[in-house]
Amino acid sequence: MKLAIVVQRYGPAAVDDAERHARYLAEHLAEHATVEVLTTCARSDVTWANELPAGIDTVGGILVRRFPVARAANRNRFARLCRRVFSETHSIADELRWLRASAPVSRSLLGYLRKHRAAYDFGVFVDYRHGHSYYGGLTLSDRAVLVPHAACDPSIGLKIFSQLFRSVRGMLFDSPEEQTLVHAIASNQTVPNVVGGAGVDVPHSPQPSQFRHKHNIRGPFAIVASRVDAPQCQRLTDVFNQYLAEHRAGGLSLVVAGDDAMPLPAHQKIRCIAGVTEPDRLDAIAGAEVVIVPSESQHFSRTALEAWALGKPVLVNGASKGLFGQVVRSNGGLCYRSDDEFVAMLTALEQNRWLCGSLGKSGRQYVRDHCDWRLVGRKYHEMFQQLQASRDATRGTARRGWLNRLRREVAPSADVVRGLA
Amino acid sequence: MADFNVRSDSVNVEQIMEQIRARIREKRGVDYTEAEIRDLASARLEKFIDPHNVRSDLLEEFHRVRSASDAPVPADDVVDESVLFETHRPWLRGLRKLLRPILKLFLNTKALASLSLRAKAEVARRSRDQVTFELLHNAVVEITRLGVEVKNLTMRVESLQSRLEFNERRARALESVVVYKPAEADAAFAGRTTSQDARPTADFRPRPDAAPAAASTVPPSGPSTGGSAEGQRSRRRRRRRGRRGGGAPAPGGPAVGTTPPSQPSGAPDVGDSGASSQNDAGGPEHDDSGSDTDLDPQ
Repeated sequence: MKLAIVVQRYGPAAVDDAERHARYLAEHLAEHATVEVLTTCARSDVTWANELPAGIDTVGGILVRRFPVARAANRNRFARLCRRVFSETHSIADELRWLRASAPVSRSLLGYLRKHRAAYDFGVFVDYRHGHSYYGGLTLSDRAVLVPHAACDPSIGLKIFSQLFRSVRGMLFDSPEEQTLVHAIASNQTVPNVVGGAGVDVPHSPQPSQFRHKHNIRGPFAIVASRVDAPQCQRLTDVFNQYLAEHRAGGLSLVVAGDDAMPLPAHQKIRCIAGVTEPDRLDAIAGAEVVIVPSESQHFSRTALEAWALGKPVLVNGASKGLFGQVVRSNGGLCYRSDDEFVAMLTALEQNRWLCGSLGKSGRQYVRDHCDWRLVGRKYHEMFQQLQASRDATRGTARRGWLNRLRREVAPSADVVRGLA
Repeated sequence: MADFNVRSDSVNVEQIMEQIRARIREKRGVDYTEAEIRDLASARLEKFIDPHNVRSDLLEEFHRVRSASDAPVPADDVVDESVLFETHRPWLRGLRKLLRPILKLFLNTKALASLSLRAKAEVARRSRDQVTFELLHNAVVEITRLGVEVKNLTMRVESLQSRLEFNERRARALESVVVYKPAEADAAFAGRTTSQDARPTADFRPRPDAAPAAASTVPPSGPSTGGSAEGQRSRRRRRRRGRRGGGAPAPGGPAVGTTPPSQPSGAPDVGDSGASSQNDAGGPEHDDSGSDTDLDPQ
């Protein structure tokens, strides 16, 4: 069996959840099949500059084909299109413009897929939001398997993605909540799908002291090791300030570790560390008392899995049904729904070492039982085998004509997502 | 396919979270979600607190609008199309009248006039709806306010009722309890006698004229009903007998209780044979003599 994994960026430096998932997937599916990765030459998801050389590369024993992206995205145009498709009645053409503006599409990659579609048994498209997944998924519709990484953000309400979810050959979800969300959006229960989950790779002996020494961090700290945007970060620091106000002496510090620098308020107990590498990030998680996942829309947190694998409890935003379900299933953390709850739960975790220990232990056990790569890899492999066995099943939906795409009759996607709640 | 239904049993995060939330509720009082708090914060309270927003002539306005909107809409064939050409300028009125046949070539003026009338009726209906809405809103506000007030009053009544019941119970309890309260002189004397331990009892002997009065008020063979005054009187009689003859009380006499000053008389009588025999045998008498002084009506 030959698989093509299509992802925006690929490499050890990629810190986005979906891209990490693609990397782990490629490395672990290589045991069951011949795997190739089709990706772009971009390294930064802000500039999308072609920093890596185009052509064939090998990363961790996996063959990687890199294709140049056409042009960098215009942020202003993207913001304007976001407003239009999320908040106004718009057309399918607007949604396609939004898709192209969100991240540049490599025409050469899509051309390669079109040309060599028969060379691969399945194309695995990771993260539905990108142009490669959309256009590639429609191109290889009878061989396309989508790993959507769906979150409850307004983009999932776009009509083009409903069309994509109905067109692909199969879908692999990370969590039952994600499955429910996609089914509610696209009504695509007939598309073969499975909750494959995700595995996690962490070092057996992390070096938290190395991270502390490297970044001069003293005392106990809570860490945000997943990607957060500026408003989320601002909200988090506001609520953490409330926590600090109640714990003037002692208490935890907050470390925000990511690839981008966040505008944080100047406070001796709040630190932002930008440009953190993957080993550093895992060392930081191992050294933290608690790992915070503040995302409201995320339906599955790989960072939480990593924290549990390292025996650390998590504190997640309970507004996200997916994260709440993940935590309740694993018994590996707590969920907050308001600022008061954040402060109370962080205090409970800080002041009860037994609670931290028990939650971390439960989380670790959950990861051992359900997030082992052998188990996840087997689920994926079984899915591919089933799809291969029922190859004759026809898929795909009729695409709209050129004129129909221009009709401004599509409801704002934010309203669609709100209607699901 | 093995899904994620198996849960670790060592800790129950739902229970822990519920406990933490319960503590927050205790601390804060009411457990509103953030969305509810936002809704409450954005609620318009002006109507509740600003009396200027309540129109005093709302009912008259309602009647007026209702009568206007209840007027029948004329049929299309009886519509007066001349309203379309009305103006306050005489020269324009004349010009329009002159040109009306030409205008009628281009337009169906009757239909226009009919539409104009319907539009007016629609405006009136909307106006009535608006007033109806305002009336309903005011009614709802007033009902809500009254509901809150009724609840407050109910709570006050309940509070007063419970206080009243408590006071009644207290009064009943006090009625059944007669407390012996030592007077100040008695207390002072008791203090002195305990400290100095030697005062002639004769100084505190009751006056001769007080004894018959006291004796006349108490039946000689009356039962010991438990009243402490009764007990005191009996003791006094016994003491007097002791002083006079030094004899023991009569065998058929009443059982005398040595009720302490603060002990209610309803308490079971304790046999005071020891105390009485001590007194009768000429033991220390300062307590008894102090009681005598205190009970002296003079």
